[in-house]
Amino acid sequence: MNGMLKYLKKYRKECVLAPLFKMLEASFELMVPLVMKVIIDQGIGGGDRGMVVRMVLVMVALGLIGLASSVTAQYFSARAATGFATGVRHALFEHLQKLSFSNMDALGTSTMITRMTSDVNLTQTGVNMTLRLFLRSPFVVFGAMIMAFTIDLRCALIFAAVIAALSAVVFGIMAVNIPMMKGVQRALEGVLGATRENLTGARVIRAFCKEDAQFAEFVQKNRELTARQKRAGWVSGLMNPLTYLLINFAIAWLIYTGAVQVSMGALTPGEVVALYNYMSQILVELIKLANLIVTMNKAAAGWNRIADVLAIQPDMVSPDAPAPAIACDEAVRFDHVSLHYKNAGGESLTDVSFTALKGQTIGVIGGTGSGKTSVVGLIPRFYDATSGTVSVGGADVRDWPEDELRGRIGFVLQKAVLFKGTIRDNLRWGKPDATDAELEDAIRIAQAGDVVAAKGGLDAEIEQNGRNLSGGQRQRLTIARALVRRPEILVLDDSASALDQATDLNLRRAIRGLDYHPTVFIVSQRTASIRNADQILVLDDGRVVGLGTHDGLIESCPVYREIYESQYGGEASA
Amino acid sequence: MKNTRGTLKSVLKYIGRYKWLAFLSFVMAGVTVALTLYAPYLAGLAIDQITLEGVNFGRIVPVLVKIAACVALTALIQWVMNVVNNRVTFNVVRDLREAALKKISELPLAYIDSHPHGEIVSRVIADADAFADGLLMGFTQLFTGVLTILGTLGVMFARQAAIAVVVVVVTPLSLFVAKFIAQRTHDMFVKQSETRGEMTAYIDEMIGNARVVKAYGREERSLKEFDGINARLEKCSLRAIFFSSLTNPCTRFVNSVVYAGVALTGGLAAIGGGMTVGLLTSFLSYANQYTKPFNEISGVVTELQNAIACAARLLELIHEPAQSPDPADAAVLSGVQGAVECEDVAFSYSKDRPLIEHFNLSVRPGQRVAIVGPTGCGKTTLINLLMRFYDVDSGAIRVEGEDVRRVTRRSLRASYGMVLQETWLKAGTIRENIVMGKPDATDEEVIAAAKASHAHSFIRRLPDGYDTVIGEDGGMLSQGQKQLLCITRVMLCLPPMLILDEATSSIDTRTELRIQSAFARMMQGRTSFIVAHRLSTIRNADVILVMRDGHIVEQGSHEALLAQNGFYRQLYDAAR
Repeated sequence: MNGMLKYLKKYRKECVLAPLFKMLEASFELMVPLVMKVIIDQGIGGGDRGMVVRMVLVMVALGLIGLASSVTAQYFSARAATGFATGVRHALFEHLQKLSFSNMDALGTSTMITRMTSDVNLTQTGVNMTLRLFLRSPFVVFGAMIMAFTIDLRCALIFAAVIAALSAVVFGIMAVNIPMMKGVQRALEGVLGATRENLTGARVIRAFCKEDAQFAEFVQKNRELTARQKRAGWVSGLMNPLTYLLINFAIAWLIYTGAVQVSMGALTPGEVVALYNYMSQILVELIKLANLIVTMNKAAAGWNRIADVLAIQPDMVSPDAPAPAIACDEAVRFDHVSLHYKNAGGESLTDVSFTALKGQTIGVIGGTGSGKTSVVGLIPRFYDATSGTVSVGGADVRDWPEDELRGRIGFVLQKAVLFKGTIRDNLRWGKPDATDAELEDAIRIAQAGDVVAAKGGLDAEIEQNGRNLSGGQRQRLTIARALVRRPEILVLDDSASALDQATDLNLRRAIRGLDYHPTVFIVSQRTASIRNADQILVLDDGRVVGLGTHDGLIESCPVYREIYESQYGGEASA
Repeated sequence: MKNTRGTLKSVLKYIGRYKWLAFLSFVMAGVTVALTLYAPYLAGLAIDQITLEGVNFGRIVPVLVKIAACVALTALIQWVMNVVNNRVTFNVVRDLREAALKKISELPLAYIDSHPHGEIVSRVIADADAFADGLLMGFTQLFTGVLTILGTLGVMFARQAAIAVVVVVVTPLSLFVAKFIAQRTHDMFVKQSETRGEMTAYIDEMIGNARVVKAYGREERSLKEFDGINARLEKCSLRAIFFSSLTNPCTRFVNSVVYAGVALTGGLAAIGGGMTVGLLTSFLSYANQYTKPFNEISGVVTELQNAIACAARLLELIHEPAQSPDPADAAVLSGVQGAVECEDVAFSYSKDRPLIEHFNLSVRPGQRVAIVGPTGCGKTTLINLLMRFYDVDSGAIRVEGEDVRRVTRRSLRASYGMVLQETWLKAGTIRENIVMGKPDATDEEVIAAAKASHAHSFIRRLPDGYDTVIGEDGGMLSQGQKQLLCITRVMLCLPPMLILDEATSSIDTRTELRIQSAFARMMQGRTSFIVAHRLSTIRNADVILVMRDGHIVEQGSHEALLAQNGFYRQLYDAAR
């Protein structure tokens, strides 16, 4: 809760004024029964028509002032709430961008999105409603009681008793009902899961003729949900009847006590009516208060989730000082590198060592989960090695300022991602001031000329996530994006998988012919893609089991031979 | 409008099953309204006994007892009514959901493939829920609200027409105010949700693809762009929230004017002797009782409109045409040897883009058919047709000489064992997943099948072995382990024909070799259709179908195809 204040600080004025004006409105409302009392006792009782008219005008005036203060309050609270939410969203986005990939992997994308959207909205509503109602509702409830005390002590005691009883009923029902509603929510999620299962598994379900069994399972889950909903309904359905009962019993009791007091001359009939009116005001506000508490609970839960994210410490810091420029012909060097991802069962890389010289092409091959992507991910410092050192250009990656290190690397990810905008916008990610000639050069090398042509040139719009492109088209554009910056190190992480073999071959030839001779890392499952590399790194279960050229590895590395044979059907002699 | 009527009609049909309960609810609503009108009248009567001249205790006590009895009765009926309303609503929604799921299991796969699953799920879950809320509100608030308004008006006119006129004339003002504000704010809310959507999309792009953002050092730039959207969102949220929050204060003000009006006319009438203080008091509470449903009704009406729209979406799914039923005289395939024949088959997903045309194929029992071609060339289309997930547009596919459209889908599909590239597992135990094709399998059979598919060793190592519960779609299992389970599933029932999508992209080399041997064992003596990536499989196939852009461009044995020097040759050379 504490962290919230930081974002509300900017709206200190609004946070004070909103509840203040709300209380002002409430106090005007509390005066109405008193005015009514004057109408009854002096106006009607004294036969004074002028008095009735004057008092009615006072009532309308009270209503108007109430309206004005309420509108003011709504404005201030809306401003504080939306401003608060905006500040929190900014802080969240900024914070998320600072996190390392291990942090982000642990969170998950959908969680991060939920935090920034629905959780922020929840807290916004919470702040708004709290500013509006948290003071007002108790003020009206207790105000009514205090007003009752100023009129008559004995009658006021009834108020105290009723408020206690009503609170017990309202909050008691809520206390029972909230866990029941959580049960309903869980049952609903079960129904949701069953529904989705029947869609995603449609083929398998039908292939195994399980339609009836699946339906029966759904029906069972659905009935469970309905039963829970009905049970929760029994309890929550008590709220209105019980409060109605209490308030009206109290009114009967109040009239009786009032009658006794009047007969003893302690009260006037108008005062009895005023008490009766106060009683009616209590109920509405108590129910509002109960709903407010539900809203606040939800908001608090949302805020806690947000605060948890904000509390995550970025576990990677890079120096601001410029990189130690060391003149050497080493592009990348791994020195006894091990990597253990957070929350993973075991090490993903164990004792990996190799050196890539400038201008070399390095092939990385191995089965799924063998650590190929982990190896190349260490080069731009997406993750930090758990032990050992990774050096780029002769300097430890941890000594490089992040921007400078990554600026030298063109990294093409396994998942080809493009962003909403034109093709030009997307390619310029690689180099913000790239000319069209530079872009076209990169496109040509990436074999993406026909993609750009098919879409209608550099100004063609790409939809979010590149939805309007095929997998192969996206892959070629992401390769072009990396080439635009003429990187010193180019990493292709299995990024030609959707290309047919002929295009893949042309791409590799074009990259080999680049005049700036980048060091190239090609990660692949296909031996065909890497067999011409200067060095091939063979990984198995996170360990280097082979390092050398194709011909050498065929002789010396059983794992490499196995992979090769599995793709060439025992024609290893080729 | 006509659509709304159609929806209402269908909804009423579902409610009709509970018509007696619904009827009971209406009767109880009527009784409750009458009683809630009676209570303030009694209170007024009691107050009239209290005058400065003295209090008539002999009369006041019975009236107060009456109030207590009347209130107790109201509370009881109200509760029963709530329970009944819940029952009707939740039963109706339950029935609708069941009908929807029944339909999902009968829908043609073309529908399921072409509609985002999230959207269908949201119809069955979110729309059904919103409809339940609306229906419940309609039951509890709309009907009682209208009755309360009518009842109060009736009583007021009967008792004191002048005051009734004041109430009738002024109260609708609050409705206009509410409507006016709602109309003004509608656009602001639309703008707000649009901006929210834009922001979510932006977050999704930038946070979801953080790797790219970081690799290109775009953090600052994307924060700046985000702040731009954020500022716009703040502005339109403020407007939407503020203007919509004016509704309550404004209607409250109108109500206080009504209250003042009643006080004025009532007060003046009382001085003239036209009414008592007690009656005035009951009129003041009538005025409150009357304005409350009035304030709520506009909200209820929007809620109901929303509910009808949600019901329409759900009903649209329920009324979606099901796949063509099996013909009444459909034969049950039995004793399948594995002879499959395609004669002049044509098929396309959409009419304007022909896909498979003039496709002929004759497979003898036990033959292996390999389907090869670049990614996305339509290999799965063939599987769709063989399994009759889709029907051919023209021509015929025959199994054992029987047109597949003349046999029951059940018996056709039971003749195939299918392992697809996308491994799908249901939430449940490992065993439940394995016995899908043979629910009565013994433990020994299950274990034997798992051993045959090399899945036994990893299953044994799971926390609860074969009884380990796996989450939706496999959860903690690796892709390779999931694939092994899918193979075990087929191993257990071993139908006479096999369809294997030999996707091994996500499996490590060692496991891959094991799966190969498992596949090889399964294929022994069975007609198999294999989407093949591996040259060894392809070469050993009896027939190779070469596909490109949805067409079968070449067909024949390995040697024959190589000799043709066509597309197959190209593929083969590139792979080497």
